[in-house]
Parts: sequence; structure tokens; C-alpha cells
Amino acid sequence: MLNLKTTPFHERTAALMQGNQWRRWAGHTVASAYELTPDRETLAIRNACVLIDVSPLFKYHVRGPGARAYLNRLVTRDVSRMEVGHLTYTPWCNARGKVIDDGTIAQLSDELFRLTAAESNLRWLQDNAPGFQVEIEEVSDELGALSLQGPRSRALLESLTGADLAGLKYHRFTHVNLLGEPTLVSRTGYTGDLGYEIWVPRARALAAWDAIVEAGRSFALQPAGIWAMDVSRIEAGLIMLDVDYTPASRAMAEVQASSPFEIGLGWAVHFAKGNFVGRRALLEEKQRGPALALVGLEIDHVAFTRAHEAIGLTAPLPFIPWRAVTPVFQGAEQVGYVTCATWSSTVKKYLALAQVSPAAAKVGTTLTIDLMVDRRREPFAATVAALPFFNPERKRA
Amino acid sequence: MQRYDAIVIGGGHNGLVHAAYLARAGKKVVVLERRHVVGGATVTEEIHPGFKFLTGSYLISLLRPEVIRELDLARHGLEIMPLESTVAPRLNGDYIADWPDHDLTREEIARHSPRDADAYGEYATTMRRLALAVKPLLDMAPPDPSSSAPRDRQAMALIAERLRAMPRADFDLLARLMTMSAGDFLDEWFEGEALKGSKCTSGIIGTFLGPRSPGTGYVLLHHYIGEIDGVHRAWGFARGGTGALSQAIASAARAAGAEIRLEAPVAHVLIRGGAAVGVVLENGDELYADLVVSNADAKTTFLRLLERKELPDDFVRDIERFKMTSPACKVNLALAGLPTFTAIPRGKEALLRGSIEIAPSIDYVEQAYDDAKYGGWSKRPFMDALIPSLLDPGMAPPGKHVMSLFVQYASGDLTGGWTAEKKAEFLQVVIDTLAEYAPDLPGLILHKHINTPDDIQRSFGITGGHIFHGELALHQIFFLRPAPGWAQYRTPVKNLWMCGSSTHPGGCITGAPGRNAAMAILRDEREGRLS
Repeated sequence: MLNLKTTPFHERTAALMQGNQWRRWAGHTVASAYELTPDRETLAIRNACVLIDVSPLFKYHVRGPGARAYLNRLVTRDVSRMEVGHLTYTPWCNARGKVIDDGTIAQLSDELFRLTAAESNLRWLQDNAPGFQVEIEEVSDELGALSLQGPRSRALLESLTGADLAGLKYHRFTHVNLLGEPTLVSRTGYTGDLGYEIWVPRARALAAWDAIVEAGRSFALQPAGIWAMDVSRIEAGLIMLDVDYTPASRAMAEVQASSPFEIGLGWAVHFAKGNFVGRRALLEEKQRGPALALVGLEIDHVAFTRAHEAIGLTAPLPFIPWRAVTPVFQGAEQVGYVTCATWSSTVKKYLALAQVSPAAAKVGTTLTIDLMVDRRREPFAATVAALPFFNPERKRA
Repeated sequence: MQRYDAIVIGGGHNGLVHAAYLARAGKKVVVLERRHVVGGATVTEEIHPGFKFLTGSYLISLLRPEVIRELDLARHGLEIMPLESTVAPRLNGDYIADWPDHDLTREEIARHSPRDADAYGEYATTMRRLALAVKPLLDMAPPDPSSSAPRDRQAMALIAERLRAMPRADFDLLARLMTMSAGDFLDEWFEGEALKGSKCTSGIIGTFLGPRSPGTGYVLLHHYIGEIDGVHRAWGFARGGTGALSQAIASAARAAGAEIRLEAPVAHVLIRGGAAVGVVLENGDELYADLVVSNADAKTTFLRLLERKELPDDFVRDIERFKMTSPACKVNLALAGLPTFTAIPRGKEALLRGSIEIAPSIDYVEQAYDDAKYGGWSKRPFMDALIPSLLDPGMAPPGKHVMSLFVQYASGDLTGGWTAEKKAEFLQVVIDTLAEYAPDLPGLILHKHINTPDDIQRSFGITGGHIFHGELALHQIFFLRPAPGWAQYRTPVKNLWMCGSSTHPGGCITGAPGRNAAMAILRDEREGRLS
């Protein structure tokens, strides 16, 4: 028998699974949804709190006196002024300025950083290390990661650990006492809500899960799968590797690869910091102007609903995001493509992420997208909207 | 007197493909096959009662999708099952495997080296990209770079255009891969010896070079150009063995109107006024045709079926020095049961359904080459094994198995020649080597059969027994195959053509030489150049 890997929490997540709705994530078996219908999981992210197993993320320790300089050379963002306790999100590119991956860097101590990634990056990290006093170590399998997200996540974590987390700012981390052990908790997430990620060694993973779930009884904690997380990350305007872009290392043709500018990460490219991998190509692209821009689209769900009702149907709004690359038009011309879309119960809109030509990227521009109405394809208006679609104050409060 | 539009000498898979295309174009074609069965080295033979042996070729990947589609081979009975895995057992009790599944392969390689696991995905993508870039070359008659004929210039321009369309980094990599050794190339990607050992074999299969010899990078790429149902790099097993493929092509050829004569060995080509006009069979029968097309290898065609005086001296010299010394033997075993490989854990026996590579490291394979290169054989050979009866139960009686072993290196120029004693001795080397990995295997053998280069020459009529009809070495591929100036399926003899693997793009059951030669003939006819 050949099996996928399981996460350190699998024993618990498997017990919760109701409908055999598993999926692959980075070579692991993870839940799409635990309940037969994912709605409660989706809603809990905005209304109470959820616990998501995000262990399949790749994790690397970057250690040594040259670690900071190395990372600053590797990634596009300026990380030279990071301090212990800081955490920052950034893409990194190849020499042609195409995005290889995106993830977070946490400074754990003076000479130790932890990089998370959606894909395996060991070879790239090692190949860029010569010349720096730095050691790269993959710790993916040693650490379980739980994402505790939602408006009640802070109260839950405080009640469980006794820590005062009000002072833990967005994109900072601290250590809390979890079952008598200091445990790293970061103020991070992939939902665009108030939330934390808890990083526990494999050996303590199940105990940590149990403790959080037990404490969660008072806060309507809901274990949630990838479908719920996907809805919230689209609402938050956060991109996903393999869905919204193809990592440059796996692009068969150059046209498949994306620059940070094309996937909404231009803000994380810091030319002023000095040289970094891909800088020259990115400078050229910036001067030339990128070919695409990431935009949010609001699909005309009223027309979509009416078109269904006109033939005696109710509209099948997608409560589970769809991920088919789908063209968008301005008049007769295709100006870009949608990479994922979902109905948002939070903002009551049919939302999509798309990459379109800069001329079509201005907020308020109306484009069209063809969708199926039962057995026929029909065009619907899709209006460019500002990202994120949903950005509650509590995310950063 | 029997008269045809075209006579095809040899019913190997390329001869059959060629005949099918000509017949479909309305030509009256006859295929003359020496043996009692079509297919040449693409054949399945019941050597031991109830056990079907793959005495020549064994897997399919590079067979052109155009050939499958245009000859409608599925309708003529071709079924190809993609292999599920490759496993390389090791003497330390471990193994390394890969599957078409990205996650499984990554996890498996990570057991040996996390860095290699990471590199593997990009390596596979890169090889696919390079293979895609060179794939169109398979289906063209190689242009003569020194020619100013419009057709050659057009083709050269087409190639230049394709190369220009490649990203710079890919072009550079392609140029390097084409000229370097498979070993050096793999060293640039990977650190684990098990992985590199298993991967380097694609660079040396059928080639009398070691994985450290320059030029094997090209052979590596050659083996990545294949596809099955659009899945690139897939290798598959034809139900019934490769002989079933030949039968399917023969069926397509017959359906198109071609005649296939078995046990009709050709003695020589008939020449009148410097042009080929027919053939004489060994029984003295004469057959006449407007065109004679040889599926035989270049040396057989020009040095045996023709008299030297019919050919230009420099051409004869080129053909004489065409390298065709085979490095390989083919072994088939009838087994009373499934052997137990000590390296393959209980519960993972499914790995035996794929390719089994005895190639634990690049050094092992290079050593195997060193042993053989002065007219000898490897003390411990590289082997590419397959147990066809696990994929197609029709290959052996119920509960029993056949094992097909491609074994390299054993020199076609063996010092002292391939005597019966030498043959038995080397067969024992093969079984002893296998027994190191599967100790119960010798006790399961009901019948063993070896085709040495000598046997392959004798039974299939291939000079030197070379499976590709001549080495895929850089100096004899593309516009140099089989000889400079004669790479477009034509020959110095008017109305004599070539359609076998001695021509571009060489061996590996592509069907491309047969198809390309037919296209060239039909194009000449359209343009009024045939007379």
C-alpha cells in the first residue's frame, strides 16, 4: 500500500471526519470539511472561532550569523530591520523575477529565523546559501501547526494559557504556556480575521489539540477544513500557490510563471534594500509595466440569480470555492482570467480573484465572465473591486 | 513476374509502419520478412510452452502518437498499459522507487535525500520541457545543413526558429545536456547515489558507453521524449508483449492492402542501370518494383544486400564505420512463482509491477561498462527487468511468471566470440547477480533463455545485434544517421530507400523512421521527383 503522509493531528481530525471529504495538501491528507456541509465551518471563521490543521506547510530553520543577510538577499521584501518576535510575509523569486513561493519569516532569536512555504524549497534555499554564514534545516515534519482563527480566538487562547494577548500585535509572535510548556504563538493567519497560529512539536501535538478543543467548548470553537479557509482567504484577498499562480520552479513555460507585480505582491518588493534574487528583472518589469494585475471581482449575483429564476431554478451560488481558470472579457476582448471564486456569506457577494491587464484593473471597471446557467453559458457582469473584500478592524486590532 | 509499386525488405515494426502508410496512399506494397513471424526485434515468442518471452524489445513509450492515430492501431488490437513505477533495489536492503504521483515520489526520494526530493520536481519539469522542445525533430527528415536546396533551408530555418523560441536558460541547458554525460548532468541535480544510479540508466540503454561518457546526456533525453495518451515520460507494456504491437501494425498494413510474405528472405537487391528495380529472394524468386525500401540496418542493406560497386566509395566507408557493436543481451526467465526481492518490504510488492532496475549507483553502472569495453562483459551487469505476467496474466500459465531482463554490458565483440560455453557462462552471471537481490529466484527458474548480440544478429538479422540499428552516439544521429548526406531516407542508389532504425530518429520503437520515409517518398512523388 502506498499512502500519503498524515499530519501530527491526524488521529483527531480523522475522528471528526463525517463525510470522507479528504484532500491532498503538500503530500498530506487533510480535511476539505469535517461536516457533510461546510457552512458551519465557514461561518465560524467570522462569528466564533475555528481550528484549522495547517501542518503541511513547509518549514525551514535558517540559522547562523549570516541568516539575516541571506534572507534579505533571498526574498523581495526588506527584512533587514526585523527583530526577535517579528514575523513578516513575503514572496521570493528566481533570477528572472518570477515568484517561486510565498510565505512567512519569523525571527526566533538573534541568529535563527523560521521560513514557511507552500512548496518544498530546500534545494533553492541551499543553492542560494554559498557566501553566507548560514545553515538551512528543514523542520517540516517536526512541527505541527494549528491555525486558530476568528473573533473569539483571542479569548479562547487567553483562557487556555493565562496569557494576555492584547499586546501581541499583528504579525508578531510570543511564547505562551500551553500545558506547562512554552509554546510559540504567532498573530497570523490566512483568513483575514483576528487569529493565531500555534506551532507545536510533533510529540505534543495531540495534547495541544485536545487542550484547545476542550477550552474551545466555551467559545463555540469549530474545527474547519480547507474549503472554509479558502472562502475566507478569498474574502481577505490572499493569493494561493498553484491556484492563483504557478510557482516558477514548476512552470512548464515562462508564460505560466508570474512576477510579484502580477499577483498583487508588488508592495512586498523593496528595491531600495540593495541586491536580491530577481531584482534586476523586477526593476526592468517595473519600468516596462507588468502585463497583469491582481484584482478582486464582484460577479453580478443578482443577474445570476434572475437568470436561474427565469427558467424555474434557484441559483447555485458556490459555497465551496471553485478554482477553474476562466476567461474575463472587456467587450469582445479577453483581458484576463479568474483563478478562483466563491459566494461570500460574510459580504453577501459572489467574489472572484482574477489577473487582468492593467488597463482593465481600475476599481469600478465592469468586465464580463461566462458562467453556466443550468445547461447554457451566459455572460455576467464582473466589476473590479478593491481588495481585500472583507477587512475587519479586529484583524489588526 | 510479380511487379509492385514498392518492396519493403524486412517486416520489423518500421517496415510494417512504412508499408501501411504506402498502402494507405494507394501503393501496391509487399513486405518481405525473413522469419516465420513479423515484428523483427519487436516480437513475442513462446520459447517455453505457456510462457511468452520478450526476446527483443519489451516496453513502449516513443511510439509516435501519429502512428497510433493514423494507422488506427487501437482498432487493430493495440493495448498499452502504462507502467506504475520504477524500483531500484539495493544490496543494503533498501530501495528507491518512483511513481507518476508527485507526492509519493517526493516522499520516497526524501527518505534518501530531502534535497533531492525537492530537486526532483524541477528536474522532471525541466526534462519534460527539453523533450517537448526537441520532440518535433523526431517527425522530420533531418535537413542537410550544407545543402542549399530550398527544402533543406526551410527545415533548417524551422529548427532555428524552434531553438530561438526556447527560453535562453533552456537552450543553454539543452546544448549542455546534448554534449555532456548523463552522470555529470545528474550530479548537477542530485546528491543521492541510489537516485542517480536509477536515473542514469536512461542515458546508456542500448548504448556502448558508460554513464560518465559524454554523449549519454543526449541518450537520456531521447528516453524522455516518449508519451502514452499524452502523458509524457510514460513507459508502457503492450498487452501480449511488443509482438502484439507488430501484429497490430501488420493488421493495419494488411487492411490498407499491403501484402506481407513470411519466410521470404531477400538475397540481394536487383540493380539495373544504377537503379534499384527489385529483389532476388534466397529461393531465387525475383520480385520487381518501382521502389525498394529497406527496413534492414544500414550495414545489412549496403554491405550485404548490395554489391560495393553499386555504391560510392566514400559512402561505403561511412557505412563501414557506422558503429553497431551491441552492448546488450536479452534474457527471459520462466518462473514457477514470483521472486522475493529482499529489499522490497512486505506490503510493497506492487512495486514489482513496474520496471525493476539493477543499477544501485552511477559507479556500479560505470564499472559494468569498464568490465565490458575491452571485449568482455560486466561482472555485475546493469539490468532493466520487467515481470510482464504481473501486468498481463496471458504471458504465463496461472500462478507462474515470466521475467524479461535487458542486460548490459556484454560486448558484441566478445573476445573469443559468443561460444555456447560463453553464452551459458554469462547467463549464469546474470542469474547470480539477480540472486543477490532475490535469493529465491534461481530456485524458481523453469526455463532460461538468452539472446546475446550474436543471437540477436542471427535471429533478427540485425548487424552486431544492436537494438537501435546503430549507436545513438552524437556522431551518428540526425543529419549524420546513417551517413553524412544520406539522412533523408534516400540512398546513393536510385529508387532504393531506407526506413529502419539506422535512419533518423533511431531506435526505441518509435515507428518514426517508417513513417518519415513514407512521407518523404510520397512527397517526392507529389513533387514529381520519383520516376
